[in-house]
Amino acid sequence: MKRYETSYFFREGIRGIFLHGFMSFAAVGVIVACLLIMGSFSLLALNLDNMIQELQNNNEVLVVLDETMTSDEAKQFGTDLAKNEAIMRNVQSAELISRDEALEVFSGKVDPETNFLLGFGDDNPLRDRYRVQIMDADLMQETIDALELLPGVAVVHARLDIVEDLGQIRDTVNTICLLLIVILMAVSIFIISNTIKLATFDRREEIAVMRMVGATKRFIRWPFVIEGFMLGLLGSIVAFFLQWRLYDVFAGFLARMVGRIPMIHALNVGDVLLPVLAIFLLAGFLAGIGGSVLTIRKFLRV
Amino acid sequence: MVRMIDVYKAYPNGTRALKGVSLQIEDGEFSFLVGPSGSGKSTIIKLLTGEIKPTEGRVLINGYNVNAVRQKDIPFLRRTLGVIFQDFRLVEKKSVYENVAFAMRVVGSSPREIKIRVPYVLDLVGLSHKARRRPAELSGGEQQRVSIARALINNPKMIIADEPTGNLDPARSLEIMMLLERINALGTTVLAVTHEKELVNRFSKRVIAIDGGRVIGDRTGGYYQYEAIRN
Repeated sequence: MKRYETSYFFREGIRGIFLHGFMSFAAVGVIVACLLIMGSFSLLALNLDNMIQELQNNNEVLVVLDETMTSDEAKQFGTDLAKNEAIMRNVQSAELISRDEALEVFSGKVDPETNFLLGFGDDNPLRDRYRVQIMDADLMQETIDALELLPGVAVVHARLDIVEDLGQIRDTVNTICLLLIVILMAVSIFIISNTIKLATFDRREEIAVMRMVGATKRFIRWPFVIEGFMLGLLGSIVAFFLQWRLYDVFAGFLARMVGRIPMIHALNVGDVLLPVLAIFLLAGFLAGIGGSVLTIRKFLRV
Repeated sequence: MVRMIDVYKAYPNGTRALKGVSLQIEDGEFSFLVGPSGSGKSTIIKLLTGEIKPTEGRVLINGYNVNAVRQKDIPFLRRTLGVIFQDFRLVEKKSVYENVAFAMRVVGSSPREIKIRVPYVLDLVGLSHKARRRPAELSGGEQQRVSIARALINNPKMIIADEPTGNLDPARSLEIMMLLERINALGTTVLAVTHEKELVNRFSKRVIAIDGGRVIGDRTGGYYQYEAIRN
């Protein structure tokens, strides 16, 4: 391609945007609206997934040690556990609760009238235990199995049913969200490409004249491709900045409303912006270039 | 040069537009193609510009065999032609200069070549002073002259004018025909399709008459002689 041809294609592409101002405005408007709807829903889904995952991961197991273990041996168990890399990969923290502390906690929760432990007098029937925080709930069963095999462990208590339920909820929510996002994306690309088709259709006579004076398909196509590309780029950038602002508002609102519940918070703006920008640009380009190429192809048949 | 040898054209809807048309137009000739509506004139133009292919027979134009021309070569066939339409077909959003210049860009001319050639051709059609105007700001006759300038700009071997005066008053029509005659005098073959008898009768040129998809006459002289054949 000659240099003056390339510059002509770019000039014509950009000129086309201004010459057909209303259609260009409509195309950019539709791109922005579709990307915003799709983006907002995706971010909502992402945040929901993150919240459920945090709830799910906020799990602990209780590792009850053998009653024959002395206090020193119980402390040594903690030291040994910290050195066990296979288990520690999925352990956030392990906190020792001595039998005395356990009794204190238990007694604090139970009505003294009905506290059967008081009958034991100074002979505390409870055992030393470790409160172990699990990192990945999906690997919880494996970690429990490994903990049970450790010497000195009497029993490991865990609420696997809650973990499983949360996992199922998360899977269902993810599937529904993914499905909706795919549908929204398909609808968005369809609407955007149709708007661009409409803009191109508006210029079918110009294309007919170009064909009649001997323009090759490449020559006709390029300015339209560049125009579609520019419209897609413009729409993506405008949508991105609007989405950024909207997300800020959403995160602030969430913090004000439920700021005291640690599991319910919006993902950090910085963590989600880059993927959003990438997806918006990709969708904008696909719709912009795809819409114009497909439409021109129809007019280039003869 | 144009050669049509025993050409038949049937459209998918069953219409048989041409039924064995044979004709030859030499380089540098000025010919009128006349005939009533539905006689097959438009089909001949479509065949010559490579828009359609014949059902039977052969169509040769400026070294291209329309029967066998590949899709990607059609733009190059069209570059040997300059086509003028009744409705001008100018790009409304481009100026007179741009409408003419863009036909040069299409064939890959450099900006320098365009800068030299466009003013020359606009001068030839008498529109130098209106180069910056938009088509909507011009009269019908002026718009047709822009269309002629665009057809001429790439120095085609042949100009095909499809009812070039259909939208013009008699004085402007005569002006356009005289301009085409002048272009022909400079060596370009001209084929003017028309059904304006008075206009054809004012020029003593070759007249190819077509009716019902057949050539019913081909000789130099006025339109009137074919009316006698038809009646």
